[in-house]
Amino acid sequence: MTTVTAARPAPAELSPRVGVGEGVRQTMTLAWRTIVQVRHNPWELGDYSIQPIMFVLLFTYVFGGAIAGSTSEYLTFALPGIIVMNMLFITMYVGTGLNTDLTKGVFDRLRSLPIARWAPMAGRILADQVKQAWSIFLLLAIGMVLGFRIGTGVWSLLAAVGLLLLFALAFSWVSVLVGVLAKDPEKVQLFGFTALFPVTFVSNVFAPTSTMPGWLQPIVENNPVTILSDACRALMVGDDTIGTEWHVASATTPVVQSLIWAAAIAAVFAPLSVWALRRRV
Amino acid sequence: MDHAIQAEGLVKRFGETTALDGVGLSVRAGTVLGLLGPNGAGKTTAVRIFATLLRPDDGHASVGGYDVVRQAHQARQLIGLTGQFAAVDEMLTGTENLLLIGRLLGMPRPAAKQRAHELLNDFDLADAADRAAKTYSGGMRRRLDLAASLVGRPSILFLDEPTTGLDPRARTELWTLIRRLVAGGVTVLLTTQYLDEADTLADEITVIDHGRVIAAGTPDELKAKTGSQTLVVRPEDDTQLPVVTAVVAELTKAVPEVDGPRVTAPVTDPAVLPAVVRRLDDAGVLVTELTLRGASLNEVFLSLTGRPVEDEPETEGRPA
Repeated sequence: MTTVTAARPAPAELSPRVGVGEGVRQTMTLAWRTIVQVRHNPWELGDYSIQPIMFVLLFTYVFGGAIAGSTSEYLTFALPGIIVMNMLFITMYVGTGLNTDLTKGVFDRLRSLPIARWAPMAGRILADQVKQAWSIFLLLAIGMVLGFRIGTGVWSLLAAVGLLLLFALAFSWVSVLVGVLAKDPEKVQLFGFTALFPVTFVSNVFAPTSTMPGWLQPIVENNPVTILSDACRALMVGDDTIGTEWHVASATTPVVQSLIWAAAIAAVFAPLSVWALRRRV
Repeated sequence: MDHAIQAEGLVKRFGETTALDGVGLSVRAGTVLGLLGPNGAGKTTAVRIFATLLRPDDGHASVGGYDVVRQAHQARQLIGLTGQFAAVDEMLTGTENLLLIGRLLGMPRPAAKQRAHELLNDFDLADAADRAAKTYSGGMRRRLDLAASLVGRPSILFLDEPTTGLDPRARTELWTLIRRLVAGGVTVLLTTQYLDEADTLADEITVIDHGRVIAAGTPDELKAKTGSQTLVVRPEDDTQLPVVTAVVAELTKAVPEVDGPRVTAPVTDPAVLPAVVRRLDDAGVLVTELTLRGASLNEVFLSLTGRPVEDEPETEGRPA
């Protein structure tokens, strides 16, 4: 019996630091852990899967006819934006998970292990990317079943997915900061609802900017959610398939603007998060 | 190596509060040190420094000869940590929790699986191996937590209040596990506010209060240090407790404590015993118990700090 719990004789020479390769492997293991968690938490899976599908169905069939005149027209307009909105909501899980680790002591356990200091954070963010990819795939698939068509090509579509993942990567840092500052995981979710709902709805995700009152239009136009949605529409649908009011002239401008936003968000929130985390632990 | 854990002049401040104010201690390899103290004494802060989670503001600490600040990565390869809150991932099964640690420690998948299996069997968790840890009882979580800290076969183990909040049965089970670890050659630093726990498990005890070491030695040395024994008198009839209390107070010149049906008081002069017998006899009090015993650690603590040990789990060391 004691063999199981016996101490291992310490090797003569212990390595003084973690290699990059080891760090990457540890990151993969921690990402695996975050994905496996979903299996035991069906609610979370519902958030990536059922909730976005409900949004697509609801907006397409209940409001779509009224907003765009026909449901298939509306789906073409709204689906890329819904994907953007969904992406932002999913990033909140980075913060919820991190906060759970911090409050339950798991984060301390990880920090007491001989692993790369950046691995726990990198693992979370990598897992988030997997969840994001799954969600984008699911929304596109359900969209296709309901009549959404890719008007561009494979490369443009992949560019859209890449842009979404990159934006998610940057926005994760906002989630990390909320996760570090919040007292408990529920507060992180609460932030998600109270802050992300207005930001995503005051955009052109569900209706074109031109249909809104004049005072609101500049706000909506400069909302990064609008910009990213336009970029995704341009990359997924192209400019031929939609009527003038819904028209996206070219992909270049919104794509470049999205990249600038992503860089700005990461530049502000990554250092802020790391600073806040150092203070908390 | 002689001392597996060593610290000198550890100081840690959190804003205005000084959690550690020059703590020094050492633990010989293969022994158990009980770090004893009330809430907020600085026990958790000390453990967090040893476990490389917190940098001391002053002083230094080493585990296995490695400095916990400058050689943190080496130190981490030797230690296991079990905190006062079972740090298991509740969304993972028992197996997955241990597999995670094994993989992070660089074990190949089959070896990590084998190790997880071994530990779950040994810690009586085999039946629950494939259930999410959120369905576990408190005792099972602590056992899983302890198993998680043992995956890498650490030679130095930090147990921060390992039995706080456990029922007596689960506590005894955990004690048995800890004893087996020590038999396997592990050095243990155990923090506790349960004196009986320190008394049963520890080879040596360091008592800290307000971030300072106020006493250190073997449990027996500490008990002897207070220089007193305890007189215990139990009258047959509870209603005579006031009479007994008065007699004991007069003869010992101390303030006796009434503990259920017993009256206890510290005594320095053993001759007090026959005197007590005579006086109680004169007063017509029948006693069912009359003993002079060495002070319990509880009394030692009371005499060292002037206050009894409290029972709430401490939350120091983690400012919100």
